[in-house]
Amino acid sequence: MYDVQTHRAEKDLIVNDIKISAKNVQVHYGDTHAIKDVNVEIEAKCVTAFIGPSGCGKSTFLRCLNRMNDTIDICRVQGEILLDGDNIYDKRVDPVQLRAKVGMVFQKPNPFPKSIYDNIAYGPRIHGLARNKAELDEIVEKSLRRGAIWDEVKDRLHAPGTGLSGGQQQRLCIARAIATEPEVLLMDEPCSALDPIATAQVEELIDELRQDYSVVIVTHSMQQAARVSQKTAFFHLGNLVEFGETGKIFTNPEDPRTESYITGRIG
Amino acid sequence: MPVFWLVMIVLGLAALGYVFGRHRALANAGGDSRHLHSLPSYYGSNVAIKTVVPALLVMIIWLLVQPFVVDGRVIGMIPDSEIREGSNASLVMAEVRRTADGLDNAVAAGVMSDEEAGNARADVSDMTARLKDAGQIVTSTITQPVLLAAQEYRDLRRASALFMTIVVLIIAGAGLVWGMAGAKPDFRARNVVEKSIRMLLVAAASIAVLTTVGIILSLIFNTVEFFRLYPITAFFFEPTWLPSFGGGIDSDGNPLSKLGILPLLWGTLYISLIALLVAVPIGLFAAIYLSEYAGSKVRSIAKPMLEVLAGIPTIVYGLFALLTVGPLLIGVFGDEGLGWMQAGTAVMTAGLVMGIMLIPFVSSLSDDIINAVPQAMRDGSFGLGATKSETIKQVVLPAALPGIVGAILLAASRAIGETMIVVLGAGAAARLSLNPFEAMTTVTAKIVSQLTGDADFASPEALVAFALGMTLFILTLGLNVFALYIVRKYREQYD
Repeated sequence: MYDVQTHRAEKDLIVNDIKISAKNVQVHYGDTHAIKDVNVEIEAKCVTAFIGPSGCGKSTFLRCLNRMNDTIDICRVQGEILLDGDNIYDKRVDPVQLRAKVGMVFQKPNPFPKSIYDNIAYGPRIHGLARNKAELDEIVEKSLRRGAIWDEVKDRLHAPGTGLSGGQQQRLCIARAIATEPEVLLMDEPCSALDPIATAQVEELIDELRQDYSVVIVTHSMQQAARVSQKTAFFHLGNLVEFGETGKIFTNPEDPRTESYITGRIG
Repeated sequence: MPVFWLVMIVLGLAALGYVFGRHRALANAGGDSRHLHSLPSYYGSNVAIKTVVPALLVMIIWLLVQPFVVDGRVIGMIPDSEIREGSNASLVMAEVRRTADGLDNAVAAGVMSDEEAGNARADVSDMTARLKDAGQIVTSTITQPVLLAAQEYRDLRRASALFMTIVVLIIAGAGLVWGMAGAKPDFRARNVVEKSIRMLLVAAASIAVLTTVGIILSLIFNTVEFFRLYPITAFFFEPTWLPSFGGGIDSDGNPLSKLGILPLLWGTLYISLIALLVAVPIGLFAAIYLSEYAGSKVRSIAKPMLEVLAGIPTIVYGLFALLTVGPLLIGVFGDEGLGWMQAGTAVMTAGLVMGIMLIPFVSSLSDDIINAVPQAMRDGSFGLGATKSETIKQVVLPAALPGIVGAILLAASRAIGETMIVVLGAGAAARLSLNPFEAMTTVTAKIVSQLTGDADFASPEALVAFALGMTLFILTLGLNVFALYIVRKYREQYD
């Protein structure tokens, strides 16, 4: 297993706080062993990319980080995942509250069949983040601005969110996730359903979000991982093969499997 | 020759045609089916279709038109003097037909020879007596013109049947020859068969549509007839339903019966409302449980169990209302209990039982609709930290709402059209009242009672059933159209 600590010492980097720390995580889907003994540490205020071929377990692992796998009956998770030092799989942790702290953006834009305003206000409303209408308006505007979509929708906040274009919908979903003030933002291939222009907008947004959040992004595009992330983890067949600085992974990988993947020989 | 045997002969010809056609096609191709355009069986089918279809079509049209032609010819023989006061030509025609049938049956029974039956100079009273002896039902005395008309009627009918047999057989034979001409290797038999199958399906679809049109037309004609006898404003706005059994009119020329639809419409809507108040919450909650909370095992058992409810005949529900629910309600709300209820048959009884009947309609449709809401919606909501019930309440149900409204409206039109539960559960008194523990009745129940009595069919008391049916039809049609409109309008919202 690749040793994160040693690597960091060698490169002598500015060490950020560790936001999420996964220790010996195993995931089983029924009889399938989907994630095998994964250890990884995700830093605060940093974009971490998970890359790897289809079916390698990167999305599964991402969904472990906010316990979205709980909704799947046959899924079992073992090991420890610490968020700010607390195990999120502890019995006392309420997965509902956890998900408010660890937001998620999905592969396909999934705005609710409600108005743009109500889409953003959904999270703040169920978590009681606003005391009155004015505060809620403020949260909505702030979230839409941070989602880099405010200028496009400010005149039609009460139009249905489903009427936006694909790229706008995805930025709306990102703004919706931001509205609950999460600490970590998980993105499961957020650009796979978007065209290059919308992708560029979302990538720019991700880069801005790094100021305040930890962002974890699963992507199939290695160029995207190289463009937006500071850290990259390469998964293969359920194993975390290599984890480190994005620059190093793409220019000087240590594991032959990583090299084969990024040069396009396996995948 | 009876029609049955004619059909059998045509079908037999077709079967022969199939075998010959197939054989001839193969022979023409030198015994190698690869030289044929289509498979050999298609050549056989081609012959069979060309034999059967034109022949039977002609036969059906003939059978439909024949009575009109024969009646038209015979009716001219009846002098005006034969048409008694208060009667009309069609009644006399019915008598002619009855007499003709009587003569036929008497001949068939061997009581009368064919010559005697057709004897134009036969004595009328003797004929009547002999027909009566033969057990044939005829009117008191057959008059001379009626007997003559009946004899003419028999002759025409017989000639027509003979002529039809000949024509049908000739057409079938011609069809057979026509089909056999196609038993050549380059004939595209498969395309012909394909086209015929298409025509068959079109015919099946149009029969369904035409039947609907026919039902509407028969309702319209009788409704118009009713409104000629009874004022339309009184029907729609009079608050009493009190048909007089003898019919008749008072000194001012107004009908004695009071046939206001309002009490019936009120009963219908009141009972339906109670039924929906029972069915919608229970059905909807059951659907939410089944689609969102239940495991696949529970679901696979519970859903069919729930749908069994939909398969129970409504008369059984009626018995349930009469024997179980009514006495149960009497125990609580009757004189022993709260004292609000006089008898077991009440709006409440029928409404509750009808509500139970409607549960599977609401739950089954809503369940399908809730399942059709994309999983991505739920994931999105869970990902924001919403609980299951918050997700259902704020995301899933709003997304499924148009479909659920459609399901409820379909259930409502079922409730409005329901009859048996009302007859057994709600009583027969037409009443405008707000008390749900009183007996009331509905439009459908009154249609049954107005038509099953022995009232004269041409009286407003019987014809009112059609006006009631028409009102009901328009009401449920409107609901269904509205339901479809809602479902269509919002269906693609989350795509």
